Amino acid sequence: MASTPLNDTMITGTQDYASIDQSISSLITDQKRHTRPWFFMFALGLMGTGLLATSITWLLYQGIGIWGNNIPTAWAFDIVNFVWWIGIGHAGTLISAILLLLRQPWRNSINRFSEAMTIFAVMCAGMFPLLHTGRPWVAIYWLFPYPNIMALWPQFRSPLMWDVFAVSTYFTVSLLFWFIGLVPDFATLRDQSKNKFARVLLALASLGWRGSNRHWHRYEQAYLILAGLSTPLVLSVHSIVSFDFASSVVPGWNVTVFPPYFVAGAVFAGFAMVLTFAIPIRKLYKLEDLITMRHIDWMAKIILATGLIVAYGYTLEMFYAWYSANPNEWDLTLLRRLSGPYSWAYYSLIVCNIVAPQVFWIPWCRKNLTIVMIVCQFVSVGMWLERFVIIPMSLTANYLPSANRMYYPTFWDFGMFAGTIGFFIVLMFLFIRFMPVINIFEVKDLLYKMLGHRDSLIAHSAIEIPDLLENSDTVEIPLAGGAH
Amino acid sequence: MAQIFKPSANSVAKLTLISVVLGVPSLWLAIAGLSRSPANTKVDVPLNQPVPFSHQHHVWELGLDCRYCHTTVEKSSYAGLPSTETCMSCHSQIWTNSPMLEPVRQSYETNTPIQWNLVNKVPQFVFFNHSIHIARGLNCNICHGAVNNMQITWKGNSFQMAWCLQCHRAPERYLHENKTAEGQTPRQQVFNMYWQLQEHGLKDLPEKEKQLADGHFAGSDEAADLEAGKELIKKYGVHTQQLADCSVCHH
Repeated sequence: MASTPLNDTMITGTQDYASIDQSISSLITDQKRHTRPWFFMFALGLMGTGLLATSITWLLYQGIGIWGNNIPTAWAFDIVNFVWWIGIGHAGTLISAILLLLRQPWRNSINRFSEAMTIFAVMCAGMFPLLHTGRPWVAIYWLFPYPNIMALWPQFRSPLMWDVFAVSTYFTVSLLFWFIGLVPDFATLRDQSKNKFARVLLALASLGWRGSNRHWHRYEQAYLILAGLSTPLVLSVHSIVSFDFASSVVPGWNVTVFPPYFVAGAVFAGFAMVLTFAIPIRKLYKLEDLITMRHIDWMAKIILATGLIVAYGYTLEMFYAWYSANPNEWDLTLLRRLSGPYSWAYYSLIVCNIVAPQVFWIPWCRKNLTIVMIVCQFVSVGMWLERFVIIPMSLTANYLPSANRMYYPTFWDFGMFAGTIGFFIVLMFLFIRFMPVINIFEVKDLLYKMLGHRDSLIAHSAIEIPDLLENSDTVEIPLAGGAH
Repeated sequence: MAQIFKPSANSVAKLTLISVVLGVPSLWLAIAGLSRSPANTKVDVPLNQPVPFSHQHHVWELGLDCRYCHTTVEKSSYAGLPSTETCMSCHSQIWTNSPMLEPVRQSYETNTPIQWNLVNKVPQFVFFNHSIHIARGLNCNICHGAVNNMQITWKGNSFQMAWCLQCHRAPERYLHENKTAEGQTPRQQVFNMYWQLQEHGLKDLPEKEKQLADGHFAGSDEAADLEAGKELIKKYGVHTQQLADCSVCHH
């Protein structure tokens, strides 16, 4: 192939290697760039974290009776929030692993903070099932198989057991993936930092990175291996989470479409959360040249596509309820979803997840940041409602009508959920302040490729790259003519 | 720019990696070992009592029946600890001036019980019942070790759940019958062993009971024993299919 013009503006503005270094690493080296909005968000997050700490303390002191969980609704907010948070993490893994293997260069400027988001979301998610056990300090022997003094093993045939492995593997691999990707950037920061303490810390974190050929070779191999490991995880983690429900006999849970529909839902929610953070941050820190409208456009399209898969899932749930000819399934659909005390949740879910994303068919809606932000909020709420509809709502009506009972969340249910959101915000904003938000070296590599593999062009003068999306979708970059 | 670390940092880094790789499993094994060791289980560790009571003296040398002090062992979940009056049934007559027995006399005079230290205990969520085990012919020494040889009493076994389950998952390894004691109920056989031991000494006991009297019996895997054990399961009506259910011990 002689030359492949890059039609998409994944970097805009007047750029050279130094300007990319500057715009990303100055977030860490120049702490004055963090102004009031940062402190406001951090304080907001801290308040949430305080609420979380209070909720957990009260929970441990008083027991899970402070939640609204009852029998038959033994799984409620705790599991809803767990599934919601785990789902949010999936965008990060999809972007970093699958898009890497598919050689999609547009991942480069958004992968770093979506990976961070994955890790923080899994941290938030992990709290819920642990606290749901009631006594997290002994949960280690309930959850992990090891030869213990009780001669007992967990039930290996239970999806709950698989869930433990799925989530802990997911967390470990995501963390490694994130860290490996950070090493060359830590080295860049180490070389730029003036602060002695910061330099020692960054030098430790960069593991003696000198940027030699051998280092790069090993880095690329390690990164590819981890991408290979992460790729099945994108599909497996939420499939296994869905088995928690699908393999049971509860009406409303026992549906074979659950695994793919949960995975699509996870990616759907994950991209909505990535956009929720990306849009304000690129504006606040003037990263519009690196996270361009092109990125936002593509992410909106992914939301639209996964939203359609999710809509298909809802349709199939209905269809199965009818086609199974199981009266309990059909009663649940008719009396607990389409009508009944919680039908508002079901209809809101349809509006949020099916109706709202349809605006993304219209190109100018994908370019209007306000609309994108609003749709993303709809999606986040909708995905939370989806889990609410599936988990506690299905449990309130079971096989025996005498066992039916309403579920009402308490203050502490909401408190803990809001608390994890606060905790997530704190972690994200600390991350923005102390770690490179965008993958520095990959963006530089992207710039090099966009300019037709000609270092000299970049080395001698800053190159102005026009924002092509403003004019047309398919104009070639003038300089992209070099041979590969 | 000056280097941040000296070349020796490489060795430190490698050493750190090696110590993590070796250290984490070692720590894990250490915890596993410690939780199974007498430091935690107190097996074979004599526990001091307010009165230095010797089981060896009373059971082996004098030939008191277990039930003389542990009166409810056949009828109740709890074997029972002797009241001061039980001690005084003899010690109001013999060793009346022994300084070792001063706490017993004190207790008797002031009408306050002696606070014995519990040697064998199970957690509150374990509903252990002595009577059923005696009724199925399980000798005291199977669980408690050779109490008849103990000066100051210690724990014969760990009482950890894995230990309980050795029998509850395969009772045929532990059940046995003294064929020479014809016509005795399993309950009578439990105490018959001590009686035989007292009368004729170790040499006349069947092999299995010799091991028991020594505190060395830990189940048998011999085909003949297992066969006999299975017979006994039928004969005694042991419900093996539910013996290892959680609810058997954790109601």
